[in-house]
Amino acid sequence: MSHDMNLTLQVWRQKNAKAEGGFQTIKAQAISPDMSFLEMLDVVNEEIIKDGKDPIAFDHDCREGICGTCSMVINGRPHGPKERTTACQLHMRSFKDGDAIAIEPWRAKAFPVQKDLVVDRGAFDRIIAAGGFISAPTGTAQDANGLPIAKENADLAMDAAACIGCGACVAACPNASAMLFVSAKVSHLGLLPQGQPERFIRVRDMVAQMDAEEFGTCTNHGECEAACPKGISLENIARMNRDYLKGKLIERPAVAGGGGV
Amino acid sequence: MELNANIPDGPIEQKWDKHRFDMKLVNPANKRKYKVIVVGSGLAGAAAAASMGELGYEVECFCYQDSPRRAHSIAAQGGINAAKNYRNDGDSVQRLFYDTVKGGDFRAREANVYRLAQVSVNIIDQCVAQGVPFAREYGGLLDNRSFGGAQVSRTFYARGQTGQQLLLGAYQALERQIGLGTVKMHTRHEMQELIVIDGKARGIVTRDMVTGEIESHLADAVCLATGGYGNAFYLATYAKGCNGTAIWRAYKKGAAFGNPCYTQIHPTCIPVTGDHQSKLTLMSESLRNDGRVWVPKKAEDCGKKPGDIKEEDRDYYLERKYPSYGNLAPRDISSRAAKQVCDEGRGVGPGGRGVYLDFKDAIARLGKAKIEEKYGNLFEMYERITDENPYATPMRIYPAVHYTMGGLWVDYNLMSTVPGLFVLGEANFSDHGANRLGASALMQGLADGYFVIPYTIGNYLAANKGAKVAADHPDVKAAEAATKERNARLLAVNGKETPTYFHRELGKILWEHCGMARNEAGLKKALQLIPELRARFWKEVRVVGTGDELNQSLELAGRVADFMELGELMCLDALERRESCGGHFREEWQTEDGEAQRDDENFAHVAAWEYTGEGKAPIRHVEALAFENVHLATRSYK
Repeated sequence: MSHDMNLTLQVWRQKNAKAEGGFQTIKAQAISPDMSFLEMLDVVNEEIIKDGKDPIAFDHDCREGICGTCSMVINGRPHGPKERTTACQLHMRSFKDGDAIAIEPWRAKAFPVQKDLVVDRGAFDRIIAAGGFISAPTGTAQDANGLPIAKENADLAMDAAACIGCGACVAACPNASAMLFVSAKVSHLGLLPQGQPERFIRVRDMVAQMDAEEFGTCTNHGECEAACPKGISLENIARMNRDYLKGKLIERPAVAGGGGV
Repeated sequence: MELNANIPDGPIEQKWDKHRFDMKLVNPANKRKYKVIVVGSGLAGAAAAASMGELGYEVECFCYQDSPRRAHSIAAQGGINAAKNYRNDGDSVQRLFYDTVKGGDFRAREANVYRLAQVSVNIIDQCVAQGVPFAREYGGLLDNRSFGGAQVSRTFYARGQTGQQLLLGAYQALERQIGLGTVKMHTRHEMQELIVIDGKARGIVTRDMVTGEIESHLADAVCLATGGYGNAFYLATYAKGCNGTAIWRAYKKGAAFGNPCYTQIHPTCIPVTGDHQSKLTLMSESLRNDGRVWVPKKAEDCGKKPGDIKEEDRDYYLERKYPSYGNLAPRDISSRAAKQVCDEGRGVGPGGRGVYLDFKDAIARLGKAKIEEKYGNLFEMYERITDENPYATPMRIYPAVHYTMGGLWVDYNLMSTVPGLFVLGEANFSDHGANRLGASALMQGLADGYFVIPYTIGNYLAANKGAKVAADHPDVKAAEAATKERNARLLAVNGKETPTYFHRELGKILWEHCGMARNEAGLKKALQLIPELRARFWKEVRVVGTGDELNQSLELAGRVADFMELGELMCLDALERRESCGGHFREEWQTEDGEAQRDDENFAHVAAWEYTGEGKAPIRHVEALAFENVHLATRSYK
């Protein structure tokens, strides 16, 4: 039978986007090793509420490691010490009695803190809106088996599509670059035949939006891949760079609209 | 209140075609003059918002998450059904229709289910066109598997992440429309009230979850795609944020609530470990294709390690009781069977609430590599949560609340009893009867969003261009005031217990008395306990902070307050449905061998509840279900 633990948390507290933040020391007592990291925070928050104080605000939703909502840096690592594991799937058995644990929000200019550990990741949505899609309005599709796709490409596309959009890659990068996130979507769609017509315009538009959001540049540290809970590969960045280069070389001025009657 | 299902005339296979022709159209140039609100951005909501944006309507979409990509549709693992018959194994629209009506224990509306089966084939086409990376074979064509008790292989999947990939497809289509300016997205906004003017839905009141601002949004029609209410049970496989507030607020404004007692308890979830448990995690039921479910034959063996229990001392109870379906028996049946063996004292693991799901034979037959290829990510997830290696020792599983078949009542056009209020996906009651089959939730969400609402909304709007509503209309102001008053009341109680405490207590009452098995005495007890708990909530809850900031404790308190009312209606509906059907098992109505016993004479109907005011008993209306194409039969999987 495993024993309960007592821990000391150093948690980033910040009232809102404009306020100054700072670390607060909070005791976490009688923590079971079977709890998830977020359940540990739940227990701590219950006590804080009973004291009439402001509980630690943190983002979370599915608690199954798939929605990408949870987002916290634990002891300097996005999502904590366990590889390929989101914070919600991290369990307290990864810690031991008496540990001190530092908990911070994602730190990146493009992800402003909204409160405590909650950040605004709207920049990711805007990058997708800029081009991270295949234009296929409802009703336009041909029969699904009309377009065979080599299994290898389908599998590679799926590997890239497994990205949960959590932003750990940005938080881990010394430059706060979003290249792994963007390249995962560029690869997912660019590897499929359906994605070919927009392949080069897609990468140009997504990169332009990424730059506009003030994410940093990629200098090949590889921290993003190490922090990614879904194991998204750096290979995607190489693929995106190739497509971007080619896309820039073949870019032509926009043709004036020819839609008139 | 009158329930008119508006089912088109004619033979079932021609109803939808005929209806599409009969419905009015909105001129393309006029579409931009109509505004539609979509609440929720899961499969149904994102698909609806994107498709209506593409058509040219002015759409505003709302979600409580920080991005529309995060809705809980994302967590569906197993797959999506479609009557493509790519396997040449005897599938057809007719068979998918039949399986769904039978699987729902003959409590769904035939015409809706038939349409669902018809459009299922278009969904797969649409998703592939968007770039959804479904599993493929070496020839490049799509792979299928058999799922959830179906005898044909009609389930399409993307590893164990089908929901994620389908949602990303819909999300990308939605983001494209956002980029094009046809859809305006409001993230971190929670709907708090429905605005009804002259009897029609004309807008919603929301709370900005970052600033706390209460805002009104006005439109010509409102679509709710806010998912199910299973979190009423506290412990469920839902995301923590899933809630029943939007549909409950709509119910209180006149939308009838259909079959609130129909909840699905999924048989394969990871068991509870302790009081700290905040949610339950599902293990895809695709695991039952290769795993064998068993418990010890003798209660005294339960403490032993599973490897030490001899083959002859194991009871493979699903294979024993249901030889033709075995481990693939439908969800309601498998869940009840697990409860039964645990009630007999033969459960395993902490508290004796668990059964084994064993892959030993499958590993011996197919090899570890094959099992890893099929279920690797699920095995990893199991190990991460339990610290046990399922390749070496059997998984432990137990049923958990997973889905609600009940929801707001809608007609064939997906319109509720409030004109202009449409309800899509899990939030409505329509297609699954008393039990949903595996891989059918994704199908229904996308069918409603991509292929039903884009047609039926036009039919409504063409006939209902109402006058513009002024922002200071008295009904708008009243809805805003009600929202502010409610939040202020929650903040003012200043008691001693947290909102989570009350949520957990409510969950215990519902699980005990309105869970896998129900009876009259238990339901009556719950109907006494819930109002007592609710009264305590309003006296003793403690909500800290203010309404003008990001305040997760206030968000939760508001949701729990609604669950405490909704939970009561669930129990009332379960009490009044004096039969057993699908997920609703009333102990008084069972066959000699413990199977559900329907009462078709008295209960082949939908119960739709009408709100009549605070503290007053709701009225139970009935929509009779006609079975003209599928013969009512006892559902047998033996």
